[in-house]
Amino acid sequence: MPHALALIVLLPLAGFLLNGLAGNRAGNRFVSVVGCGLPIAAFGVAIKCFLDLAAGGNAPLVETAYTWAPIGDRAFEIAFYFDRLTAVMTLIVTGVGSLIHIYSTGYMKEDKSYARYFAYLNLFLFFMLMLVLGRSLLVLFVGWEGVGLASYLLIGFWFEDPDKARAGKKAFITNRIGDAGFLLGMFVLYQAFGTLNMDTINGAFMSGPAPAVSASLVGILLFIGATGKSAQIPLHVWLPDAMAGPTPVSALIHAATMVTAGVYLVARLSGIYLHAPEASAIVAAIGVLTAFFAATIAVVQTDIKKVLAYSTISQLGFMFVALGVGAYGVAIFHLYTHAFFKACLFLAAGSVIHAMGGEQDVRKMGGLARKIPITFVTFAVATAAIAGIPPLSGFFSKDEILWFAFASTRGGSPLLYAIAAGTALMTAFYMFRLLWLTFFGAPRMSAETAHHIHESPPSMTGVLIVLAALSAVGGFLSIPHYLEPLLPMPVAAPELEHLETPLVFVSVALAVVGLLGAAFLYGGSAARAERLRQKFPVLHRLLSGKYFVDEAYDALIARPLFWISDRVFLRLGDRKILDGTLNGMAALGQRTAGVLGKVQNGSLHWYALLVVVGIIASLALGWHHV
Amino acid sequence: MDKLQLLIAVSMALFALGLLGVIVRRNVLIMLMCMELMLNGVNLSLVAFAQQTASTAGAVLVFLIFVVATAEIAIAIPIVLLLARQKRAMDLDAYADLKG
Repeated sequence: MPHALALIVLLPLAGFLLNGLAGNRAGNRFVSVVGCGLPIAAFGVAIKCFLDLAAGGNAPLVETAYTWAPIGDRAFEIAFYFDRLTAVMTLIVTGVGSLIHIYSTGYMKEDKSYARYFAYLNLFLFFMLMLVLGRSLLVLFVGWEGVGLASYLLIGFWFEDPDKARAGKKAFITNRIGDAGFLLGMFVLYQAFGTLNMDTINGAFMSGPAPAVSASLVGILLFIGATGKSAQIPLHVWLPDAMAGPTPVSALIHAATMVTAGVYLVARLSGIYLHAPEASAIVAAIGVLTAFFAATIAVVQTDIKKVLAYSTISQLGFMFVALGVGAYGVAIFHLYTHAFFKACLFLAAGSVIHAMGGEQDVRKMGGLARKIPITFVTFAVATAAIAGIPPLSGFFSKDEILWFAFASTRGGSPLLYAIAAGTALMTAFYMFRLLWLTFFGAPRMSAETAHHIHESPPSMTGVLIVLAALSAVGGFLSIPHYLEPLLPMPVAAPELEHLETPLVFVSVALAVVGLLGAAFLYGGSAARAERLRQKFPVLHRLLSGKYFVDEAYDALIARPLFWISDRVFLRLGDRKILDGTLNGMAALGQRTAGVLGKVQNGSLHWYALLVVVGIIASLALGWHHV
Repeated sequence: MDKLQLLIAVSMALFALGLLGVIVRRNVLIMLMCMELMLNGVNLSLVAFAQQTASTAGAVLVFLIFVVATAEIAIAIPIVLLLARQKRAMDLDAYADLKG
């Protein structure tokens, strides 16, 4: 099939146009069929491309859709590139994306902007597929910005609420900062290579003479872009606020796909990072710090979606740790398992919120296991998966990350391992805490709410079951092995080889300790956790205040910026200098005209006299100059 | 004083008289007449110079001025008549409200 890759990208775009232009008039059934059908079709085409790839001996499929700007002997092409890495990403995006579309038909049923919602969701898929399939950084960047736009639109989907609209704006602006770094990185690369094709750039770094550009510089600039999109310190502040959007959006965009774009970018350009030990060290350091700090925040959050949001930031940090120590395939592996279990968690949380009539505070939940059993079971499976209980998927990917953080010769170290392992322990703890607070113990909601609790419709629970199954068995598919020809594994230090098996047991022990800790604190009466909280009031305030990063940014950046904008640019620059100059000139003209206007008094004699005076004056002047 | 000087002096005197009349008189018709006087002063100097230099261009210019003066008066007189009928006055100051 020719143009199969372009078809994958264009199917969701068609969905966007159909739903966006005709959806409101055509009715909800049409919107559901188009909105879910086209992503599923894209998934089908992606599978076909995947099979073609395997049949063709894994030679990448390349398709030039359009030559956009021929400049001199160079050209910017909109070309698609499909290799093993793209295949994994495309299947995740279209597969999980389709599932979440189906889930949304149940979740958003009552919403009055049903067509708009599906149009945005399809638009997001279009841009995300462009990002994943693009051959050149330019196409990737178009997708990169596009998913940012879709994310902005969907976070602020209920824009009547100013808080939600503000959250969308915050996400967009925070991403702009990262994008500046991304653009600079692109400029540097284009100047050095004269092309933005990522396979060419990778090839240039991997073979031949050293390119005339610092790999670390490019690596760091592109990583700044990745920190924005993938919510790493210091640009992580937007993701928790992004939970203002509908829950399926949180699952699709802010957990499973878009936020992993930074991970994909680094893995895709692994050629650069393999030659940039400094940049890789920064990636690993930022990753592990983000993972750690986000996990500590998640421990004390009480909003079910906020816990999951910080957990997402933390897991993304894990992926960056893997990228930083050269285990690119492992990072993609964790991306893949994370897509399943985090989507499942978010969607199950959505089902809980749905059942609770919009309540998101876990302090007002409890005892839901009996009332919404399917949601409970799927949530529990996904929780066990993210906590790293074997043999669920999260165990495999997280264990490999921990192993390479410890033993990789490309920057692994015991310190890195220790922090990552501590984070893994906390992950298990806060996830089981969430599970306990939500589903076990005495019900803490009002009788009115308790009366209305009901299991979600099959369109939602069905998707939950599929995702739970995938997060249970997904780990048996060895993604790093599949990607190895493309993204070779780092070499483990030989003297540490004998520790590999013991460390697996340590990983399992961490998960179990987290589980038991949560069970101990939250399983019995609430008094235990309360006592612990009162013992460390400062720490608790610091954590529930999210380290006051938002407040610090506000005081250090936003407020001075407001001050300068108001005092210097608005009051001085705009009003005094710009407006003042114009008003002054107008006033000058008016005053001059007022004086000169008196000359024209309507008396013809006066005019005639002035004419004579003029004539005489000019004659005198002429005489003088003869 | 030769003949040319005399003619130029007369021409200047005519022009100056006309100019003075335009500036000081208030009656519109008199002002128009004074303008004609100025034109004739100019004509006289043209004729004198043309004769002095024996060129026909000066004489042609005189006829041109006649034509212009005739056209001008043909438009000016009806305007003045209309104004006079409107305002019931020939005094120029009565028309001061015509200013833009």
